[in-house]
Amino acid sequence: MANKPNLKVNIGKLTLKNPVMSASGTFGYGDEYAEFVDLSTLGAIVVKGLSLKPKQGNPPPRIAETPSGMLNAIGLQNIGIDNFIKKKMPFLRTCKTKVIVNFFGDSIDEYVKAAEKLSSVDGIDALEMNISCPNKQEGWIVFGTDPKVTHKVVSAVRSAAKLPLIVKLSPNVTDISYMAQVAEDAGADALSLINTLTGMAIDVQSRKPKLANITGGLSGPAIKPVALRMVWECFRKVHIPIIGMGGIITSDDAIEFILAGASAVAVGTANFIYPGVTSDIVRGIRTYMSSEGITSITDLTGAIKCRTNRL
Amino acid sequence: MNRVFKATVVENKKLINNHYLLTLHPAVKIKKPRPGNFFMVAVETGLDPLLKRPFSIHRWIDGNFQLLYRVTGKGTKILSEKKPGNILDILGPLGKGFPFPGKDRQVILVAGGIGIAPMYAMAESIKDKNPLLFYGTKTKKDVLLVDDFRSMGVDLRISTDDGSYGVKGNIVNVLKKYIARDSLKAPYVMYACGPAIMLMKLSGLASEYKMKGYIAMEQNMACGIGTCLGCVVKTRKGHKRVCKEGPVFPIEEIIW
Repeated sequence: MANKPNLKVNIGKLTLKNPVMSASGTFGYGDEYAEFVDLSTLGAIVVKGLSLKPKQGNPPPRIAETPSGMLNAIGLQNIGIDNFIKKKMPFLRTCKTKVIVNFFGDSIDEYVKAAEKLSSVDGIDALEMNISCPNKQEGWIVFGTDPKVTHKVVSAVRSAAKLPLIVKLSPNVTDISYMAQVAEDAGADALSLINTLTGMAIDVQSRKPKLANITGGLSGPAIKPVALRMVWECFRKVHIPIIGMGGIITSDDAIEFILAGASAVAVGTANFIYPGVTSDIVRGIRTYMSSEGITSITDLTGAIKCRTNRL
Repeated sequence: MNRVFKATVVENKKLINNHYLLTLHPAVKIKKPRPGNFFMVAVETGLDPLLKRPFSIHRWIDGNFQLLYRVTGKGTKILSEKKPGNILDILGPLGKGFPFPGKDRQVILVAGGIGIAPMYAMAESIKDKNPLLFYGTKTKKDVLLVDDFRSMGVDLRISTDDGSYGVKGNIVNVLKKYIARDSLKAPYVMYACGPAIMLMKLSGLASEYKMKGYIAMEQNMACGIGTCLGCVVKTRKGHKRVCKEGPVFPIEEIIW
């Protein structure tokens, strides 16, 4: 009889029981999903992005459905790091899964202070640094789109953070694999990609944009082929693990990302539609491994079979 | 009880002019919704449309429930084509419903257009109070359920924009005249659902006459369980989620 498939993966120094996590901003702070998912079956929970001070976010309407996807312009509304530590961490410590905290700042100084603060909190296993929200003002967008600024902010956070550091990259750049190398060079332990693609939608009757913010971030199955291509491109340029995300709904979607080069995956928009989907995806990956005779999930990372080794 | 469930379409009846009454039979026992609660309904199992649609509870009949909806876009168009026996994925009941009125309070219900949907559940839950219903629509063809409300003992006041049924004009003005004449002898509590413009005018009226009231708000939403933060409305206490802190809010709390 074949051995039980091993789903364990390492993201730098962080070991996950399986490669499936929630994508930041789609899973709240975990507690809202406890009713629908056995959280202990997940590789990790990645919480909604936090800042030093609470943020109100953008005015409504904030979301609009598009074909096989959705646009959002939430604007990083969050309860702030202090409230998170006080009100949400006690629950997260009981979840028997890894806790990854997504965070951002409005300046390099704020990023550093946030990373320092979160590093000393018991029960947080890793940090995911958001430099790629498409709904922030122009002066902020440079954190994820100007390689010099990206290097500076990631380096500064790297020095301050005592936990494994994941950098979440923007797809809204000319060459994401270059940005991936910049983040690696600046000391990132792993990369998350992709964040949402900037998009918009217009109501033809009123001629108004469907979002109050005019533009928003596109997510869902509509972006999966783009995300997959970006993971594949980055995998061939960096040596640190990649967490792949963008439109994953099924375990086959997740396996595609792993074959393209992801060590782990994050599930986002699908949580809104099927609140129990993350756990289903873990089960589906296990079934796939058993039927394909794969003993360790790590054997699948980057195992895409290409006829030509195009560079 | 599980809030993720499947339900079979028992009936999907066209009432009038793009308005449908959907009767669903849940495959498992579900929590009885309160008036003002809502369900997220997947109209397709495929990827387009992707998101579930929110519908407030219209009526609860011995474990089956009814949703009253108007066809306004892609999702509701697909829903209107569902046949008895079709199975739908549903999440709910969700949100905070209408609070019950105080013991001595008279009840005024206000509905605009399809906003009548949750008002039926509300009227039924407090029918011993003989509520007054102020109901406005565009035209006579859109006026629904008049006999049902009457047989429940509801005192109905109707207006239409074109005057083809009831009083011509805006239902908020009809209510205003009533209040001005009646001078609110008894303490009232108002429950309302309808277009944003109607609710906005009502909030003005409520503050003018110092009326207590609750309104059911509508907003685009993705998850229905408080995580996407897509459905917020502006309130005096900051952004609040329609799906979680709402959809029912105290009328004075909303900033227009």
